Amino acid sequence: MERDTHFILGVYVDEDVLLHAVEKVRGSGVKIHEVYSPYPVHGLEHALGYKRSKLPIAAFLFGMLGTSLALTMQFYMMKFDWPMIIGGKNYAAFPDFVPVSFEMTVLLAAFGMVGVFLITSNLKPWAQPRIFDVRSTDDKHIMAIDLANNTSLKEDKIKSILTSSGATEVNRKSFE
Amino acid sequence: MQGTSSVRQPLVTGGKTYHDVTHDVSRQVEGKPSKLWYMAFLTAASVLALGSIALLTTLWEGIGTWGLNKTVGWAWDITNFVWWVGIGHAGTLISAVLLLFRQKWRTSINRAAEAMTIFAVICAAMFPVIHMGRPWLGAYWALPLPNTYGSLWVNFNSPLLWDVFAISTYFSVSLVFWYIGLIPDFATIRDRATGLRRKIYGALSFGWDGAAKTWMRYESVSLILAGLATPLVLSVHTIVSFDFATSVIPGWHTTIFPPYFVAGAIFSGFAMVLTLMIITRKVYKLEDYITIGHIELMNIVIIITGSIVGIAYITEFFIAWYSGVDAEQYAFINRATGPYWWAYWSMMTCNVISPQLFWIKKIRTSIVATFLLSLVVNIGMWFERFVIIVTSLHRDYLPSSWAMFYPSWADVGVYLFTFGVFFTFFFLFAKFFPVINMAEVKSVLKSTSEKAHK
Repeated sequence: MERDTHFILGVYVDEDVLLHAVEKVRGSGVKIHEVYSPYPVHGLEHALGYKRSKLPIAAFLFGMLGTSLALTMQFYMMKFDWPMIIGGKNYAAFPDFVPVSFEMTVLLAAFGMVGVFLITSNLKPWAQPRIFDVRSTDDKHIMAIDLANNTSLKEDKIKSILTSSGATEVNRKSFE
Repeated sequence: MQGTSSVRQPLVTGGKTYHDVTHDVSRQVEGKPSKLWYMAFLTAASVLALGSIALLTTLWEGIGTWGLNKTVGWAWDITNFVWWVGIGHAGTLISAVLLLFRQKWRTSINRAAEAMTIFAVICAAMFPVIHMGRPWLGAYWALPLPNTYGSLWVNFNSPLLWDVFAISTYFSVSLVFWYIGLIPDFATIRDRATGLRRKIYGALSFGWDGAAKTWMRYESVSLILAGLATPLVLSVHTIVSFDFATSVIPGWHTTIFPPYFVAGAIFSGFAMVLTLMIITRKVYKLEDYITIGHIELMNIVIIITGSIVGIAYITEFFIAWYSGVDAEQYAFINRATGPYWWAYWSMMTCNVISPQLFWIKKIRTSIVATFLLSLVVNIGMWFERFVIIVTSLHRDYLPSSWAMFYPSWADVGVYLFTFGVFFTFFFLFAKFFPVINMAEVKSVLKSTSEKAHK
C-alpha cells in the first residue's frame, strides 16, 4: 500500500482554537495537507499560508472580453453590416449600445470566473471527493496531515502535537 | 457554542449549535413531506394546470384572445411582466447588496429569496415571449440572428432589446450565484445520506469537500459575484423602466422612472420575501433562524422604499404641472380622477399609505400584520404597473381613439398560470433544497455573539 494514502486527522470544534492550532502545528514543522471546514473560517487561508486567489483577475479579463465582444457586435451590425436609419439616430449610436455592453460584461465576467473556479477547484458533478470525516460538512473542522509528507516526524509525535494544539480527537485515516 | 450578548441581538436565537443548524435545515430535505406540503403543492400544480388552458388557448388562437385593442396594445401582460421582474429583485439584492454592506442578517433569508428571484424572473420572461404571438419565431426578434422578418439584425437602439439582454443576464447570473451558494449545503446533505439520495446530492454538490483552499476561492467568487450583481440588479429595472421612459407617451416620458422603478422593485420584492418566509418559517419551524429581528429589518426596508415610491408619485404630479405640458397634466389628472381612478387610489392606498403603519414598532414586529401588509404591498405594486401602463395608453392622441381596457378570461388565466409556475417551483425548492444557507448561518453563529466571549 502507498504511503501517501495514510493521514492523521485532528478534529477541532472551535474556529478560534483551529486558527491557533494551524499556526502551532505548522510552527512545529508539521506540513498540513489541508483543513476541511463546514463553513468559511476567516483568516484560515493566511494561517495556512495560501496565496490570494487570482479569480478577481479572471473575472476582470472575462468582463473586458464581454465588453469588447458586445461593442464589436453592435457596431458591426448597426453601422457596417446593415445600416438602417432608426428614429433619425446615428448608425453608430454609442449611448444606445451601453446597456447591452454592460449586460454582456457582467454575463461573461460572472460565467468566466465561475467556470475558472469550478475547474481550478475540481468541482464537477461526477467528482468523487476524498471524505476524511463526514463531520467536516456538519460541525467539525478536520485538519489532515499527510504522513508521506512528514516522514521526518514519527506518527506518535504528530499525534501529540495535534492533541496539545487543542484537537478534541486525533484519528488515523487510510484510503485504499 | 452560541453565547448571548447584551450589546447586540444574536442573529440566530435558541442557543443553536452548529449541528443543530445542520439538523434543523437538513431534516426538511430528508423527511417525508408533510400533509400540508402535499396540499400546498397540489394546489399550486392545479393552478398551473388550469392556467395552462389559458396559455394554450392564447398560443393556439393568438393574442386576440386577450382584452387588448387598437389603443391599448399593452396592458395585463406587460403589467404582469414588470410585476414579476420587480418581485425578482429582492433575492439578488439581499444576497449581493447586503453582502457588500456586510449585513450578516441576510444569511438566514438569502437562499429562499434568491430562489424566489429565479422563479419570479422565469414567470416574468414568459409574458414578453407569449406576447410575441408566435414565440417559436421569437429567437429572430429577440436575439442577434440574421433574418428577413424585418431588418437583417435586431435593433440595438430599442430598449425592448436591451431588456432581452438585461433579463437573460440577470436570470443566468442569479442562477449561478444561487447554485454556488448551494454547493456546500448539498455536500452537507450528501454526507448525512446513504443510497440514492447520497448519489443525487453527491452529483449536485459537485464533489465539494470543504477544503480551506476551496473555501478561500468560494469567498472570492461570492464577493465578486456580489460586486457584479449589485449594478446588475439596479440595471435590470432601470432598463425595464426604459421600455416606457424612452417613449413619447404622456405619463411614461419621465426621467424619474429608473430610480422610481428600482425602489418599487425592492419594495415589492421584500414584500414577497416576507409573504413566503413567514409561511416557510412557520411550516418548517425555523423561528430561531428567521427571527422577529429579520422581519423587522425587512419591514424597515419596506418603509424606506415605499416612501421613495410615494415621493416619486408626488414628483410625477409636480413635474407634470411644472412642465406646463397639457398632455402630461391631463395624463396625471386622468389617472387620479378618470375612469381608472379606482386603480390609482388602490395603488396609493396600498403602496404609500398602508406601509406607513410600519413606523409603529408593534406593527412591524407583528407577524400577522406583516403578513397582511406584505400582501397589500404586492397588490398595490401590481396596480402601480397597471396604472402606469393602461391609463397612459387608453387616452390616445386622438380622442376618437380613446378606449378602455378590460381583461379577458385568457388574460387572467395566463396570470394564474404564472402563479402556478411560481408556487410549484417554490414548493419543490422548499422540499428538496435546503431553504436556509447552512454554511453561511454557521459562519455568523459565533461572531455575532463574540462580545460575550471576550
